[in-house]
Amino acid sequence: MNVPETLRYSSDHEWAQLLDDGSIKIGITDYAQDALGDVVFVELPDLGTELEAGATFGEVESTKSVSDLFAPLAGSVASVNDQLTDNPEKINEDPYGDGWICTITPADPATYDSLLDAAAYAQLIEG
Amino acid sequence: MSMAILMTDTADRTTLLHALHAENGAKFGPFAGYSMPLFYDEQGAIAEHLHTRSSSSIFDVSHMRVVDLVGENPAQALETLVPGGITTLAQNKLRYTFFTNDQGGILDDLIAWAMPGGLVSVVVNASRVEHDVAHLQTLTGVEVIERDDLHLIALQGPMSEAVLVDHGADVAELGFMTGSVVSLAGSSDIRITRSGYTGEDGFELALPADVVVSITETLLADDRVELAGLAARDSLRLEAGLCLYGSDIDDTTTPVEAGLMWAVPKRRREAGDYPGADVVAQQQADGATRSRVGIGTAQRRPIRPGNELYNTDGEHVGVVTSGGFGASVDGPVAMGYVSAAASIVGTQLEADVRGKRVPCHVADLPFVIPNYKR
Repeated sequence: MNVPETLRYSSDHEWAQLLDDGSIKIGITDYAQDALGDVVFVELPDLGTELEAGATFGEVESTKSVSDLFAPLAGSVASVNDQLTDNPEKINEDPYGDGWICTITPADPATYDSLLDAAAYAQLIEG
Repeated sequence: MSMAILMTDTADRTTLLHALHAENGAKFGPFAGYSMPLFYDEQGAIAEHLHTRSSSSIFDVSHMRVVDLVGENPAQALETLVPGGITTLAQNKLRYTFFTNDQGGILDDLIAWAMPGGLVSVVVNASRVEHDVAHLQTLTGVEVIERDDLHLIALQGPMSEAVLVDHGADVAELGFMTGSVVSLAGSSDIRITRSGYTGEDGFELALPADVVVSITETLLADDRVELAGLAARDSLRLEAGLCLYGSDIDDTTTPVEAGLMWAVPKRRREAGDYPGADVVAQQQADGATRSRVGIGTAQRRPIRPGNELYNTDGEHVGVVTSGGFGASVDGPVAMGYVSAAASIVGTQLEADVRGKRVPCHVADLPFVIPNYKR
């Protein structure tokens, strides 16, 4: 499984990436998309939605199952990947790139550092 | 993402093809007590579905069971449990039928094959094997032989005939819903039927244990053939408008409600000599209060089994029994039961999908035109 060194992770199989402007991009991991199988629908959060850490902010639906998305950290939704509405398969094809889900302006930037690093997440999914 | 959804395979039974599935990157899930391949890493459910419609796919359906009925007149005996025309089956023809109870409910659906020598061979659903065998054993003058030595695989899709012919099987002249015993890939006496549950031309093969893996491997080595899992099987049969036992039909649904009266010939209707015939006849005369219908939607969000259905006045009119993503339709497809007034094709409805109202409508079944041979 691909677990990029430069990203942070949640135990709910989401990745987070700190962008230059301080916002945080979020998606689901390669491990998660592989376990789900073909993604056929993504429910994106509304712009500006205030999220508590761990709050449900959307859904990813595959041919066989529906999974909730949980916010890896608190903040407000700054942008969403509208491409997923018509092309949900981007999540399978490129989970760390074109398959990103949204960006969040974090309530507390320091919370990013408390997320799992690549080594810790790799251990979680191999454990 | 919720961990609970990442599938845990809790089933304890496996088929003889389990190792082959694992080698081919299968993701397994429990089905009727068996650990079955849901889809394969390299392709995924959508690619497997589309490959079946355009080429040829192997499905492991060896969790289903072949049961042979032997005796003086097993066809006549079987007709006391099912409303289908079995005694009228020409030799080597197959028929779809179902066991009914005294209320006209469906106890299981099955395929019956009138084999040479008066033998009737049936294939029943995995989850109902125990029930069905006991049910058949109530017949007098019939020996019920559970053929757990035979393992079913399905080869489905428009290229399937050519694949089998190229491997030595004499199936080119076999019509849809006809069976034969052929040689294939160096093995003789292979039971084969031109049938399936995908809406495509295809075949089902009953293979002895010692060749099930080798024949599957031989067919799979053909460039036209890929493996396909249960997820694709489910979306294919749903697009084809075919019922899944336990979801779309069960002991509370009648053939009238399920729209399966095409499988009850005039002779059996008039004779009324099967379990629940009086209830079925009454329902036919009065009209059923609910009917199985297709549910289509212009939305992308799949409508799923258990979702409740409402009319545009907000009144509850029914429930979804099967639903998912139809890869050939390229959108959600579903089936369900709705009240008579809401069952007309085109009726606008709303499905309650986890608290969200999704606009949908009663759609014609099937969602795709079947591609059966002749």
